[in-house]
Amino acid sequence: MAAINRDDVAHLARLAHIEMSAEELDRMAGELAVIVDSVKSVSEAAGDDVPATSHPIPLSNVFREDVVGHTFTAEQALSGAPDSFEGRFKVPAILDED
Amino acid sequence: MTELNNSELIRLSAAQLAAKLAAREVTSVEVTQAYLDRIADVDGQVNAFLHVNAEEALAVAAEVDAIRAAGGAEAEALHELAGVPIAVKDLIVTIGQPTTAGSKILEGWHSPYDATVIKKLRAAKMPILGKTNLDEFAMGSSTEHSAYGPTRNPWDLDRIPGGSGGGSAAAVAAFEAPLALGTDTGGSIRQPGAVTGTVGMKPTYGAVSRYGAIAMASSLDQIGPVSRTVLDSALLQEVIGGHDPFDSTSLTDPFDTLVAAAKTGNVTGMKIGIIKELHGEGYQAGVENRFNESLELLKEAGAEIVEVSCPNFKYALGAYYLIMPSEVSSNLAKFDGVRYGLRVLPEDGPMTIERVMAATRAAGFGDEVKRRIILGTYALSAGYYDAYYGSAQKVRTLIQRDFDAAFAQADVLISPTAPTTAFKLGEKLDDPLAMYLNDVATIPANMAGIPGLSLPGGLADEDGLPVGIQLLAPAREDARLYRVGAVLESLLEEKWGGPLLAKAPVLGSSSTIAGGSN
Repeated sequence: MAAINRDDVAHLARLAHIEMSAEELDRMAGELAVIVDSVKSVSEAAGDDVPATSHPIPLSNVFREDVVGHTFTAEQALSGAPDSFEGRFKVPAILDED
Repeated sequence: MTELNNSELIRLSAAQLAAKLAAREVTSVEVTQAYLDRIADVDGQVNAFLHVNAEEALAVAAEVDAIRAAGGAEAEALHELAGVPIAVKDLIVTIGQPTTAGSKILEGWHSPYDATVIKKLRAAKMPILGKTNLDEFAMGSSTEHSAYGPTRNPWDLDRIPGGSGGGSAAAVAAFEAPLALGTDTGGSIRQPGAVTGTVGMKPTYGAVSRYGAIAMASSLDQIGPVSRTVLDSALLQEVIGGHDPFDSTSLTDPFDTLVAAAKTGNVTGMKIGIIKELHGEGYQAGVENRFNESLELLKEAGAEIVEVSCPNFKYALGAYYLIMPSEVSSNLAKFDGVRYGLRVLPEDGPMTIERVMAATRAAGFGDEVKRRIILGTYALSAGYYDAYYGSAQKVRTLIQRDFDAAFAQADVLISPTAPTTAFKLGEKLDDPLAMYLNDVATIPANMAGIPGLSLPGGLADEDGLPVGIQLLAPAREDARLYRVGAVLESLLEEKWGGPLLAKAPVLGSSSTIAGGSN
């Protein structure tokens, strides 16, 4: 497996929508390289014949009756929002101007 | 009937308090006020609470007292723990109190709904004393990653109380609450229990609803009890457990024999398995000594001690640090500066939502949360997914197979809960990998979804700090842990001449040395 470098971290930070300073990128790249190195052995642990487990206690087809249950009012749903307008979440421009 | 002073009152177990309340020897208002006074007295030293909920707690206490005083059917119908106060980890959402998850990004946020476990506490009429400190979004093993300052270990205020649920464990250890709720993703209930000399239980995955616990890693997270005795945890799990249609991973099995199991009183003929890989090298000598002592006591009590091997546990920590951050990166995407809490505007340039989101998350998340989001984003990226996330999920299968084989040989498994006693504040803060190693013995249970209980095993010889003993059982067999745990607890307390916490240093206005320890 490839090591993780500063450019990777910058790219990942963009994907994860976290602004990072140059200093933060340097530090994070160093720390993550150590962590990634320590988890490398995981890829060698299991062969192709081992199935993956995504959930610890197998359950299937968990359904409920198709009836309307409790719903929040718009006011409740917006109560923790940093900004709202006429019953909606208010956000800055969704598209770049250019 | 002798009058108890407040100092004696707050040292009673929840079961003892419940009995005194039922017998009307004390009122819930007296008990709740005694705890609120204790919080006012010592929490400046401990910093276990992020929010104290005095008014509501006293109102619930007064309601219980009024019902008891009136007698009749309503008094008879009161839950056994009615009027017994409790603290709640601030990862669990509550109406009427802020929920921060220990993060700046949720500062001042109030949930519009109660978690299912909170609804159950309210139905049982247990006064909620407040919300306890934690590592930000439950990510850490020391509570130092809280945006609101670290919690300190009541045994030594210069040391960590464990994490992420250090606030809940320290509150219970410092007699600021008789009970607390925690959440455990890789050991966040059990490891704080171990280093503070308290009891912590991670139930079987799905035994307690996760609805309203702010998700960290959904396939690993579990809410559970924190207490000073094994019986108290059993009592609390019976309050908060049960099927919940709001959590599709919730189990329909009944978990209603836990209290009875804690009262069984014997381990005769039970097979208890030592996990070869979870002690010895890498474990502090004092931890190992207390562990061996517990094995001797169980053997004398009639249990058969066998050794089991779980060879794939060596991959557990690595697999955990791929699966958990992957789920974190997805679960924490919702903190976007639109729906809740903080919004930070970029200093210059175009004011687009993407830039506002990036500035908000940069300012609102701490270093450990950012590390895990980046690591998870990496593990899930195209080209790496199979090698990282896919492989880690296969390791999860191998760990489950190891446990299956071990439980074919033993009813219950045993290990130290953590490799060391509480370390100094700041000691591992700059070394994430060293911090992660604290959870080496607790992570396998989360990976397999099985229950795990930590109880006090005594004090390490070299530093006089608490050591935790971990018991593990197959999925759905939580009752076995309460049975064996309660027996081991009574054998150890007989040896010590009382509860371990009686040996803890005095805190608050009654202590002679400020910040006193040792």
